[in-house]
Amino acid sequence: MLMADPMLAEAWTLSDSVALRPEPFGALAYHFGNRKLTFLKKQQLVDVVNALGESETVADALTRAGIPAAQWPAYVKALRGLAASDMILERNPS
Amino acid sequence: MTLLDVRTPVARPTTGPLVNQFEFGLDAPICLTWELTYACNLACAHCLSSSGKRDPRELTTEQCEAVIDELQRMQVFYVNIGGGEPTIRPDFWHLLQYAVDHNVGVKFSTNGVRLNPERAAFLASTDYVDVQISLDGATAEVNDYVRGPGSYDTAITALQNLQAAGFKDAKISVVVTRQNVTQLDEFKALADQYGATLRLTRLRPSGRGADVWDELHPLPEQQRVLYDWLMANGDNVLTGDSFFHLAAFGESLPGLNLCGAGRVVCLIDPIGDVYACPFAIHDNFLAGNLLADGGFKQVWQTSELFQELRSPQTSGACTSCQFFDSCRGGCMAAKFFTGLPLDGPDPECVQGYGESALAGDRTIPAASQDHSRTTPGRNQPVMLSLTRRPEFDAGAIEAPPVSACAENPLAGFRL
Ligand code: SF4
Ligand code: SF4
Repeated sequence: MLMADPMLAEAWTLSDSVALRPEPFGALAYHFGNRKLTFLKKQQLVDVVNALGESETVADALTRAGIPAAQWPAYVKALRGLAASDMILERNPS
Repeated sequence: MTLLDVRTPVARPTTGPLVNQFEFGLDAPICLTWELTYACNLACAHCLSSSGKRDPRELTTEQCEAVIDELQRMQVFYVNIGGGEPTIRPDFWHLLQYAVDHNVGVKFSTNGVRLNPERAAFLASTDYVDVQISLDGATAEVNDYVRGPGSYDTAITALQNLQAAGFKDAKISVVVTRQNVTQLDEFKALADQYGATLRLTRLRPSGRGADVWDELHPLPEQQRVLYDWLMANGDNVLTGDSFFHLAAFGESLPGLNLCGAGRVVCLIDPIGDVYACPFAIHDNFLAGNLLADGGFKQVWQTSELFQELRSPQTSGACTSCQFFDSCRGGCMAAKFFTGLPLDGPDPECVQGYGESALAGDRTIPAASQDHSRTTPGRNQPVMLSLTRRPEFDAGAIEAPPVSACAENPLAGFRL
């Protein structure tokens, strides 16, 4: 197995400026600051994003949302995508 | 039939590209246009909503506020406001502020008539407001031909006022026509000059556009020029994803390649009628009325018409086309208002099937409504006297700017 992604050990949260609109496939995320629209194509990803704020680490959030470890790399990649458009933010980045 | 329908799945898929989800519709639109009034100071020849006179049944300020409240509850994060000329509604600026205060961002389309230095300064001080100035020629000559005398100067003055006030990134919205398709570089230069972004959209035969479409729509060889220009310059230009029929030239343009009507796109008209698309103001595409039918959400989620548009469609004569996946038969409104079957090729099909379809038997549908003025006005474009259909000779036609279509928020989004 490859080295675990450092993001798994970090604390993240959904940005205060973002609203999630439930949709049949997952959710639509809208950022009121940069006005970007992003689609969360799976309900499980919505669950992970919602769990971020109340979880110690990204790994905790993935566990809470019931994501099998084998799928974590795909979810971390999706989270990095959301981070790139400021949809989610790192808490207390050092 | 069923064997041919393999291209559209019958039930909402749980995996695969997002565009397949959009075919089945969303809980709320992502590209909502709201025309606040049919009144307009101009009389553009190709006005998609046949605007001119105010409709006496126009929603009141309170009713408009209630619509905004509902959009907020539905989490419609922004709305494209148009008309008519929306800024001539006396409560326009109030409604703009009301929307922004309720988390509904606004982009409005205007011909610029009310964008004086004070308004420009107000706009520069707000967040969540985008301004789109309609301009259909890079020179007064070309613009005023369809939009009427003086309209070029009005638009340019508005752009100057916005720039002087420090408003960032206004949009210059151009409907591409046979007359202005040679000016694409000039449009881009104008946008750069005013710190604006250029937005190009497709001319559809909607509203009064039906009367002038034959004369204004780009010729087949011009479509190629447009496609090449968009491929070369597309990154810095908005298109509202309106040119996806050009994808059949080869490589797809970025954005949503799908007719979003009733699925992700929708129009609320000045009296609260809800249509599948701003370019489809016709009884056939009327889903309901938000005053009479229990509110916008009710209409959006339950109207029979929208259910139908979100169910599997047949692709008719396009079925065997190798470009179907990117073109999907083009624009429903363009087909309807040129009298072509909705499940066949677009009238501007770049594979040439549109021309043969246009040459065949067809009946152009009669307009369901018309708010054009019946007395000539000084802003009337000159071309109307040359090309007016005989049945309209009884009176001159007056009308407004082509407003925002489906400016698709997904433009540039990788699906
Ligand atoms: S009818 Fe035409 S303009 Fe309207 S959403 Fe469909 S493709 Fe776009
Ligand atoms: S035949 Fe239909 S799908 Fe093919 S390019 Fe023409 S309009 Fe598009």
